[in-house]
Amino acid sequence: MTHLLSIADLGREGIEEVLKVAEAFAEVERRPIPKVPTLRGRAVATLFFEESTRTRLSFETAAKRLSADVLSFSAGSSSVKKGESIRDTVETIEAMGMDALIVRHASAGVPAQVSRWVRRCKVVNGGDGWHEHPTQALLDCFTVRQSVGSIDGLRVLIVGDIRHSRVARSQVLAYDALGASVTLVAPGSLLPPSLEGWPVTVVDDLDAALPDADVVSLLRLQAERGSGAFVPSLREYTAHWGLTAQRAARLHPGAVVTHPGPMIRGVEIAGDVADLPQALVTRQVTNGVAVRMAVLFLLLGGAG
Amino acid sequence: MTLQMKSTVRRSGPRVLVLRGGEVVDADGRRRADVVVEDGVVTAVGTGVAVPPGATVLDAGGCVVAPGLVDLHAHLRQPGREEAETVETGAWAAALGGYSAVVAMPNTEPAIDSAAVATEVLALGRTAPVEVAVAGAITVGRAGERLAPMAELAALGVRIFTDDGAGVQDGALMRRAMDYARGLGVILAQHCEDARLAGGGSMHEGPWSSRLGLPGVPAAAEEAMVARDLVLARDSRCRLHLLHLSTAGSVALVRQAKLAGVAVTAEATPHHLALTDAACATFDPVFKVNPPLRSEADVTALRGAVGDGTVDVVATDHAPHAPEAKDVPFDEAPPGMLGLETALAVTMEAVGLERALAAMSWQPAAIAGLADRHGGPVAAGAAANLCVVDPQARWTVDPATLASRSRNTPFAGRTLTGRLRHTISRGVAVVIDGEAQR
Repeated sequence: MTHLLSIADLGREGIEEVLKVAEAFAEVERRPIPKVPTLRGRAVATLFFEESTRTRLSFETAAKRLSADVLSFSAGSSSVKKGESIRDTVETIEAMGMDALIVRHASAGVPAQVSRWVRRCKVVNGGDGWHEHPTQALLDCFTVRQSVGSIDGLRVLIVGDIRHSRVARSQVLAYDALGASVTLVAPGSLLPPSLEGWPVTVVDDLDAALPDADVVSLLRLQAERGSGAFVPSLREYTAHWGLTAQRAARLHPGAVVTHPGPMIRGVEIAGDVADLPQALVTRQVTNGVAVRMAVLFLLLGGAG
Repeated sequence: MTLQMKSTVRRSGPRVLVLRGGEVVDADGRRRADVVVEDGVVTAVGTGVAVPPGATVLDAGGCVVAPGLVDLHAHLRQPGREEAETVETGAWAAALGGYSAVVAMPNTEPAIDSAAVATEVLALGRTAPVEVAVAGAITVGRAGERLAPMAELAALGVRIFTDDGAGVQDGALMRRAMDYARGLGVILAQHCEDARLAGGGSMHEGPWSSRLGLPGVPAAAEEAMVARDLVLARDSRCRLHLLHLSTAGSVALVRQAKLAGVAVTAEATPHHLALTDAACATFDPVFKVNPPLRSEADVTALRGAVGDGTVDVVATDHAPHAPEAKDVPFDEAPPGMLGLETALAVTMEAVGLERALAAMSWQPAAIAGLADRHGGPVAAGAAANLCVVDPQARWTVDPATLASRSRNTPFAGRTLTGRLRHTISRGVAVVIDGEAQR
């Protein structure tokens, strides 16, 4: 693996390998001292041009558990505010001897651009615009597999703001690669303009689709999308596309619910649904560390 | 024929030239002929013409000798963005592309919306290697609010008016501009883009934008304004030119309007004839342009439209940007790509040599009001604005060797067929064997 920019870089075998290695690291996390010396002497930088607490903490925890040195960069308090370009920032940070850069940016494609600017650093996409969030999809697959056994043949229902969701784009690729069938349900204004080439089925009626789903993947609806811009109101959105307690009752007993967080309780997911045992939200967060350890290990462990 | 030689500066270089052994191609057809140029004028065209004493003979064997190209749509960036291009560097890029005239777009800083700015750009053009005409803005500051002094600009010879870079959003204002322009005998050239429908998108809306998670510009953003302006032109009887059309739907609307007798001409760019939105998959902002690179079906429709004359003109929309301006996230990058030095080869590959020359030389010369001295035909007595092209020569585009001050060519590393050999501008060989004669 040169870089991890998109789930498409991995393919089925690559995804399986990440999940397998992540299982070993999940075991490490259960030890009294959850730390291994694997990446001692290696340096990992998180470059977050867009704020995110959970993804940054998860990557930094993963790197620290592998004994890597961690450098944390955030655009809010940096040279970027003084007008330095991303390219110069990246070149400066690489010059400090970094081995991997975790890049998050509000614009699609920035990690791919960074991968062309670096000389020897490995680049991990930590979420870019509406494009992709590959480690999120990997940890979703890991968590679902841990809970259900195998992804192959599962029926995955992705609900909500797919148009603006990097998580959904990575999930579709990952679930499809692992043999699941993916169905999307969303108001038309929150679907991508074209789904040509996507390995998905689109349905209009959430209530009709729920009983068949093995996995329900909910996406966050950003408030500004719900305030008359893409749907008439949050209230109407919740009434038609929210996972209310009534709807959750229609799920079959083995079904699970995922959410990439942060959740807006009462909008896309009812508060008491989020706390059901079938809701894997907290396990997703826990597993995120192991999966990101696996990604860093596979990128850096073999080299140097 | 009277020659309106606007240039007051005569560049050094041979004044008596013979282009020998080529095949002349112009609006009158194709024939083997040598061409003799003396003091800015073609003095003889034919086989076995006498070589005047002291003449410089330029080999045209295996080449096509054609009227110089005329670009209706070049952003020369001066005044205001001289780090990206100047009139001088842009004109050299044009000369190296086979152009003998370019129309400088008015979206400079300040915009060409007054006699003062137009006069400044025209003055800069006087020392340039090719003729530089200017287009004026339709509205003051290109802000789309009130009419620019079109009569004042027309008196300076400005023939084309456009707010290019943006369309005139207000339909009532556009109608008024058309009514005003009609009496001046000038042409309004529209950048067709409904800003609200475009919605800040950064590439073509379709399967690729959806997959890449980039906000898209729907074809409808262009087509809605094309449709609006065609009916406004029908009602106002103003001459309308539609800049850089990019969609199959726009082409269909223009075809229908021409059948109905609307006085409209249309333009496409070389890059829209050659590249699709798939190029954006690498997120390289060099492929960001406005209008955006469209689908394969749109490219096919545009090629067909240049072929059947629905699209009259292939113009570059040459849009230089300094490297640092393009080294930013895709959705933050300014749109635009270089075109002058690659346009002819790219267009020849897309539509063939004859259609390329018609759409890049005599048809734009007529629209720009330059037909008295550009666009041929290549005949005794005509102004000596010519290009000599080797249609078989293959070459690889190297951004580092371009004459433009910028490097944002989408064809970097691409091997093209068809290479400019010599350019004769106002009787002077400004490019010989692909080398600028600075």
